Amino acid sequence: MILNIFTDIHELLLGLMPENIVHITELVLIAVAYLGIFAILGLFLVWLERRIAAFFQFRLGPNRVGPMGLFQTVADALKLVSKELTGTEKADKFLYKIAPYFVITTALMSLSLIPFSYEIHAFDINIGLFFLTSVSSVGVLGIFLAGWASNNKYSLIGGMRTGIQMISYELSVGMAIVTMVVLAGTLQISEIVEIQKDGWLIYQGHIPAIIAFMIFMIAGTAESNRTPFDLVEAESELGAGFHTEYSGMNFAYYFLAEFVNLFLISSVAVILFFGGWLSPFGITDAIPFAGLFWFIIKVLGVIFIFMWFRWTFPRFRIDQLLTLEWKFLLPINMVNIVLMALMVWLGLTL
Amino acid sequence: MSYFSDIINGTKTLLTGMRVTGGYFFVNFFTKRDVITQQYPNNIETLEMFDRFKGEVIMLHNENNEHRCDACTLCEKACPNGSIEILGDKAKDPETGKNKRFLVKHIYHLQMCTMCGLCIEACPVNAIDWGQDFHHVEYDRSLLTKVLNKPGSKIMSGIKG
Repeated sequence: MILNIFTDIHELLLGLMPENIVHITELVLIAVAYLGIFAILGLFLVWLERRIAAFFQFRLGPNRVGPMGLFQTVADALKLVSKELTGTEKADKFLYKIAPYFVITTALMSLSLIPFSYEIHAFDINIGLFFLTSVSSVGVLGIFLAGWASNNKYSLIGGMRTGIQMISYELSVGMAIVTMVVLAGTLQISEIVEIQKDGWLIYQGHIPAIIAFMIFMIAGTAESNRTPFDLVEAESELGAGFHTEYSGMNFAYYFLAEFVNLFLISSVAVILFFGGWLSPFGITDAIPFAGLFWFIIKVLGVIFIFMWFRWTFPRFRIDQLLTLEWKFLLPINMVNIVLMALMVWLGLTL
Repeated sequence: MSYFSDIINGTKTLLTGMRVTGGYFFVNFFTKRDVITQQYPNNIETLEMFDRFKGEVIMLHNENNEHRCDACTLCEKACPNGSIEILGDKAKDPETGKNKRFLVKHIYHLQMCTMCGLCIEACPVNAIDWGQDFHHVEYDRSLLTKVLNKPGSKIMSGIKG
């Protein structure tokens, strides 16, 4: 007997109202649920980051508000909500106000493509990965607009650096994804996960998959604007970079979206390399919603690696950033794609 | 072929760095051995400060309730924001028969003190020093104004005024 609460809710709604209204109601319900996931994820990851950073630096981190300080970030968010929204006088008001919404909207749209388990997958289309990368690229526009519209030299430099960094590293992320798509043979996220029932793709593709994974992790760090690639908001050089002029909730949008993007990048890594919601060796495949547990565990593992990067490596200079991308990652990536294609063609995959 | 050796060398050094920080993380995550955070209000009783901690200015007294201050007011002059006021008086010294300055009250306004330490450096006879007390919380600001010489104390013999 499988308890499927989603079917139950669907039938409950069908009993209450006509079919096309049910459809709209369900869309709204899912949107609200994902907004909730967005907020909880952002707040939880901020807490996690502060906690983990503390242990790296011989500290304890937030541990007073709630159990283990879990509600510290909730308190911080409430404080930010209550704060005044300020801005520069000569800012481009329209663009200045619209910019944060670009970032959160794209993060939310990308979130809808993430399969939390076999049952929980809001939007599964046949070009899923392509859609995901395209949509998350639009998020850059929000940062770029913020830098431009603030009418502040530090914001502007931050925004320009975003442009350079994103154009460069989007390429590496994209090509690492393409390498894995060559192996998987499909862009649909649910199918990519299903293929991995015989073994996760990092095992199936062995050498080129491991190289692709390393490139993906490096470029993913750059994509989510985290140290060592945080030139965009380099505190010691630019104040706060593109969001120097933002305060209150607008600032919080950027802050939460940054961490949701971290979750997205980690989720893509888990889907492409570590079998998404699948349990190791299929031990809990029969239990419904067990996938949710495995997915969260794996994503948290990848997020921990990103945080490990952040608290280990110092920030790049802008020329080093570009050298790393155009002279190292991109050529290696190109060779790697050919290698992967040859392996798939010759049937050398495991 | 420095291109490939650069890649390998770079990867190696990055992994070395991650091993070091990862070691810190796991030690502190599982044992909290090296954590230096003090959970302040909970450990007021047991917390001990370091030798060089600048808690407050104190006047040193020996077991006979004698201090070394001869009310020269150098510390008062050295203080950049007037946290120190010295009330002194003159009296006939029984040994030499000359008029000699002695200390009545060494008034110290902790609420204004920035712990710069200029007074302690200025003191020619090492009469004042840093105290280790860190818990200065009071509900009234006037409670932070302290008289540093203990009641009934007098100057140590041998300090020339």
